[in-house]
Amino acid sequence: MSWFKRVKEGITTATKEKKSTPDGLWHKCGRCKKAILTKDMQANMWVCTNCGLHEKIGSKEYFDILFDEQQFTELFDNIYPADPLEFTDTKSYKDRITDTISKSGLKDAARTATGNVNNIHVVICCMDFGFIGGSMGSVVGEKIARSIDYAREKRIPFLMISKSGGARMMEAAYSLMQMAKTSAKLALLDMEGIPYLSILTDPTTGGVTASFAMLGDFNIAEPEALIGFAGPRVIRETIGKDLPKGFQSSEFLLEHGFVDFIVPRTEMKKKLSLLLGMLADKKIEREGEKLNLQ
Amino acid sequence: MSTYFDFEKPIAELEEQLKDMQKVQDKGKIDMTDKIQEVESRILQTKKEIYSRLNGWQRVQISRHPERPYTLDYIENICDGFIELHGDRNVKDDSAMVGGFGQIGGQTVMIIGQQKGRNTKQRQQRNFGMANPEGYRKALRLMKLAEKFNKPVITFIDTPGASPGLEAEERGQGEAIAKNLMEMAVLKVPVICIVIGEGASGGALGIGVGDKVIMLENTWYSVISPESCSSILWRSWEHKEKAAEALKLTANDMLKNGLIDGIINEPLGGAHTNAAAMYQTMKEEILKMLGELLKKNAAHLVESRIAKFSAMGVVEEESQSA
Ligand SMILES: [Zn+2]
Repeated sequence: MSWFKRVKEGITTATKEKKSTPDGLWHKCGRCKKAILTKDMQANMWVCTNCGLHEKIGSKEYFDILFDEQQFTELFDNIYPADPLEFTDTKSYKDRITDTISKSGLKDAARTATGNVNNIHVVICCMDFGFIGGSMGSVVGEKIARSIDYAREKRIPFLMISKSGGARMMEAAYSLMQMAKTSAKLALLDMEGIPYLSILTDPTTGGVTASFAMLGDFNIAEPEALIGFAGPRVIRETIGKDLPKGFQSSEFLLEHGFVDFIVPRTEMKKKLSLLLGMLADKKIEREGEKLNLQ
Repeated sequence: MSTYFDFEKPIAELEEQLKDMQKVQDKGKIDMTDKIQEVESRILQTKKEIYSRLNGWQRVQISRHPERPYTLDYIENICDGFIELHGDRNVKDDSAMVGGFGQIGGQTVMIIGQQKGRNTKQRQQRNFGMANPEGYRKALRLMKLAEKFNKPVITFIDTPGASPGLEAEERGQGEAIAKNLMEMAVLKVPVICIVIGEGASGGALGIGVGDKVIMLENTWYSVISPESCSSILWRSWEHKEKAAEALKLTANDMLKNGLIDGIINEPLGGAHTNAAAMYQTMKEEILKMLGELLKKNAAHLVESRIAKFSAMGVVEEESQSA
């Protein structure tokens, strides 16, 4: 059996989660400051119709953009953050979690869903920057790990949409170990020849970049996203100089060989399904095949 | 001259007294033997007391003691022979990450670790133990060599973090570390990782995925240094002690939370106070772990290594109604 499966009928789900995008009539672009009708922004997938800025959007928007007829089934949505270290800084982590859950309507900084992208059955895990800066704690790691297990079990491609400030400090070493956990799971996916598409969006930094986000068979970036390991502020302080223009941008990573291609959000679905379609060519059915050279 | 920490002040005072008494004794007029013995036993007692209740920040300070043994010191003192191997075969040799084949008790092993410098010049040359992407790629190249020749891998972790800089980003620091995490998870030989000093963040984990992840008693391991944590969460560098407690970064906390597999005791007062004893303990502990791991076949090793890291994390799970 090959890794891909075409599903005959759609899967339905209610999208009751709150939006991470504004509800007003007008939307003011974060860069060119032009006021644009919110419905036009939505129609253009939250890419500024004037200057092309890709506004930060959440899992709800990405799922709607990518899944056919906006239909998908959410997986593992019964997992919530815990507070294993009883962490307190200027505010207790417990309160931070409670407040963020009620403000964002999200349960943590990642959601997983399965459905079809131009008739190709996939599982997508997408990060939400609106939940404590998209930081990776135990829930994010666990959801990614289970998404990968799901992809292995169903033999369908795994798509990861990263958008994160990095580690979740309030989970300290638990957060750090999610890097090892997700990377170990990806090693298993890799061995089975199942495609992993890593989609890097603004921003993708820290421990996320130093683990699953950079491990795609294909690393694919949205334009002008900030992508890097160390944060620009830390680097500036270390070298004592201003950073060159465009440093750590998608275009910089493409130039230095760390992403396969950059694709505007409005072309994302078309390009991803074109790529997945090429991989699904039946000639690649070679599971378990081993070279036997004499 | 010994370097004392603030919390070692009582010890420093007693040792000062002891020195004075010895001077008197040496003059030979008054017999100070009894008094000297008394002070010596008080020093031991005080050390035991202080060292049995060190807090997180104090451990962090000991882990950074300038006289603490570094990777090459351990290699030199526990190996019967060692051949250092250089370069990532792509860009250059990163001297913040060292490695090579060595022999411990008749067993050939690949030893890899971050290396700090002792003086200003060395510190710069070793980039304070902060490796660049080529360091992580060299480490991976050496691990693959070990796998090819079926030799166990031992890593010594001692870094304030992976190097942050223009060149590090240009050459893909994130990708280099990520690749190591993935490859180490499925390396077909035993992997032992030992935190000998500082275990900061992805820079430490980049050589830290092993069958045995061990911390020396006075080291720390976390997602961020207490200083940076303080600066980000409290918006000031002042709260580093609070941050060190909150991060639960000591060997005891890490073991309790199931994030490491064991602790190696240090000589009383820290590894730097009796390096010879530290090397002896290190050698014995490594041989013990090798003996255990070499009995397991590759599939079993890899399977349990992945299972161990996959189980890390704490979440609340609502029971799902069908
Ligand atoms: Zn605009």
